[in-house]
Amino acid sequence: MPVSVNIRLPAKLVHLEQLVDFVANCAQRHGITHKRVGEIKVAAEEAIVNVINYAYGENEGDIEVVCISEDDRFIIKIVDSGSPFNLLSHKDPDIYMDMSERAIGGLGIYLIKKLVDYIEYKRENESNIVTLVITNKIRSEQLPA
Amino acid sequence: MDINTKKEKGIPVVSVKGRIDAVTAPEFEKSLSEIITSGEKTVLINLENLEYISSAGLRSILATAKRLKSENGKMLFTGLKGPVEEVFKISGFYSIFTIFESEGAALGSI
Repeated sequence: MPVSVNIRLPAKLVHLEQLVDFVANCAQRHGITHKRVGEIKVAAEEAIVNVINYAYGENEGDIEVVCISEDDRFIIKIVDSGSPFNLLSHKDPDIYMDMSERAIGGLGIYLIKKLVDYIEYKRENESNIVTLVITNKIRSEQLPA
Repeated sequence: MDINTKKEKGIPVVSVKGRIDAVTAPEFEKSLSEIITSGEKTVLINLENLEYISSAGLRSILATAKRLKSENGKMLFTGLKGPVEEVFKISGFYSIFTIFESEGAALGSI
């Protein structure tokens, strides 16, 4: 049986640590290794900060984070009711450029894509729903050093 | 986040504990900026006790490194492990920065 828990807070930076810790605690309970939990925290932060910075513009609104523990995977859903924003349409940065040519920003969404196994964006009922999936298997992908 | 700065062999060594995230990155960048403004050209950053770094922290590092480069200085790193090491790899920071096994190795290279 999947276990689902959620937290809903105003989308403000002051709540970032609490929201990230919520995800980390769920991931730990799912049995994910300490190092992988650290990576999941980074992915969660990037998705959460994206909502905090861009979803509501000058207005205020909530962010909901849902963690679902299934037999073979751990799922994080990040939901807001702000303006539509498909983070998957964001262009990846060129990470092979040398320092002087590299743009200062743009790494957040790229980090999410690289740190989770599957990512999905849905616009549903006037809400943005970002789903991050972490499978139980050890990742086979070897990153370049 | 806690930032501790000491001087070893004349080089400022900045050790960061906790998280460099969207909340704390500006403070981290400000600390580095103060060190550079005081005239330092080489800064060693020890991330041994860092829990994680997000893109906000990477942005602070890149901004600081660009400034240092324009002043003929450089940033060195040590203590990378776990998620911090992974994030550095993914972001291509291994190819633009010099990363050392230990503080001693970094200081010995200067």
